[in-house]
Amino acid sequence: MDRHPHPESREAVSREETTLRVPFLLDVEYRYAVGQYGRRFFTELRDHARLMGVRCPECERVYVPPRPVCGICYHELHEWVEVGPEGTIVGWTVVRIPFIDPMTGEQRPVPYGFAIIRLDGAATSLYHFLDETDERKIRVGQRVRAVFREKREGSLRDILHFRLLEE
Amino acid sequence: MRRVAILGAAQTRFEACKASLAYNELVYGVVREVLDRTGVPMREIESMVTASQDAYDGKTISGMAINEVVGAYLKSEAKVAADGLQALLYGVARILSGEFDLTLVVAHCKESEGDPAAITGLMFDPFVQRPLHLDELTAAALQARRYCRKKGLAPEDVALVSVKAHRQALKNPYAQRAGMFSVSDVLASPLLADPIHELEAAPRSDGACALLLASEARARAHTDRPVFIIGIGNCTDAYWTERDLAEARALQEAARRAYAMAGIREPAREIHVAEISARYAHEELMAIEALGLHPNLVELIAQERAACINPSGGPLCGNPPTVSGLLRAIEAYAQLSGEAGARQIEGARTALAHGAGGICGQNQTVVILQRE
Repeated sequence: MDRHPHPESREAVSREETTLRVPFLLDVEYRYAVGQYGRRFFTELRDHARLMGVRCPECERVYVPPRPVCGICYHELHEWVEVGPEGTIVGWTVVRIPFIDPMTGEQRPVPYGFAIIRLDGAATSLYHFLDETDERKIRVGQRVRAVFREKREGSLRDILHFRLLEE
Repeated sequence: MRRVAILGAAQTRFEACKASLAYNELVYGVVREVLDRTGVPMREIESMVTASQDAYDGKTISGMAINEVVGAYLKSEAKVAADGLQALLYGVARILSGEFDLTLVVAHCKESEGDPAAITGLMFDPFVQRPLHLDELTAAALQARRYCRKKGLAPEDVALVSVKAHRQALKNPYAQRAGMFSVSDVLASPLLADPIHELEAAPRSDGACALLLASEARARAHTDRPVFIIGIGNCTDAYWTERDLAEARALQEAARRAYAMAGIREPAREIHVAEISARYAHEELMAIEALGLHPNLVELIAQERAACINPSGGPLCGNPPTVSGLLRAIEAYAQLSGEAGARQIEGARTALAHGAGGICGQNQTVVILQRE
């Protein structure tokens, strides 16, 4: 039933039926350079299953992922430190709407757990999957641990997901 | 009225593909250099204007991703998704407002990471233009053909622009492409879209540049020989191609506004050096004409005074869209502050920087700089 009656509504519907649309497919493949900091981060992840950050000499915050400069102190960052692989859930959700995974081009199976994780030793947080989809079992502040893939290729997918730790 | 000066600037070397640097590392390099050169600590810079394009970065709101490296953390930053000289315009306005004494202006682009033909194609109307595929190059070719016919220019006349640009770029350590080419070399380079040859089109390029603007009081405390921005004009022409592509109305109007603000009556005599955003050789001729820099284009290019037009070589020698307009101001500043090295034009006191964006230079900006 039309909840917004309008004198021209009948005509508007018939106009709608004759509306033309021009399709346009935008297909651009990007090749992002990961850079000096990204290269070391992903190499450590691939070769040693190790998560690395950089420490600011001024405020001592450890940034993950690593970056060239501290946004707060504007100090250049050169001191590499290992963080994790355990951490704490800062925020979480369980995603139930399917969508196309940009890494695979295929629909990602739902539901899946997703969280913001503060890795031990880091001042910043990393987004990743959880191995749990039951909302009743996940909470902010819960401890988690990174599960690395056996075969790693130098991407964030080298972490399979974060596993909830027993308390 | 408050006046705005340039305290310092930096640019990367321009290269076809800076594969080892991520965006934020590329940008950080030039910002760091500006701080080191001027001695101004980042904590004193209160405002930032950045220029970048979402489509090139493959990222919406592309300015957000460089927040930390431009020092904008919890400060006032605005991004211009247009030519970098417009970022300079907004940076100047920020200082003229009285709100800020220092404003950092930064531009970056990596053409190597996306697909420039597909990306520049997005400028066009999706109904009657895109279905046939138009991009920056094909539009420029149509314009070049029309302009050359109107002005009675031979292919050799346009090729001379390329010869001059690449010769001058030999003195520019930041240039991507330079060399002693002859007119026949240029005309023998591959035809990209008739009448444009490879050496008559800007090569695909990666790079960044940054510049620090200051209020007059701040500039005087910093240097005895400040370089001031004394005139700015900006103008946009129609989107649709019913505008005559052989005309540069928007540039003429932008120039008129900039000259009026700067008190310039005879640009051919009063402008000592000009940096022009010509991504295609014919655009340099169009700009020289529209800016009133010389009555006879071909004569100008053939003679010695041509060295005062794009002493850096200009975008033909490699710098990406978005970056090229701001870089023109940086090169003009280098000329006026005596830091232009081997490409220095002796005695230059007043300089012009030109930036262009959109389809066939739909949007035009002219900036006049002067040293005391």
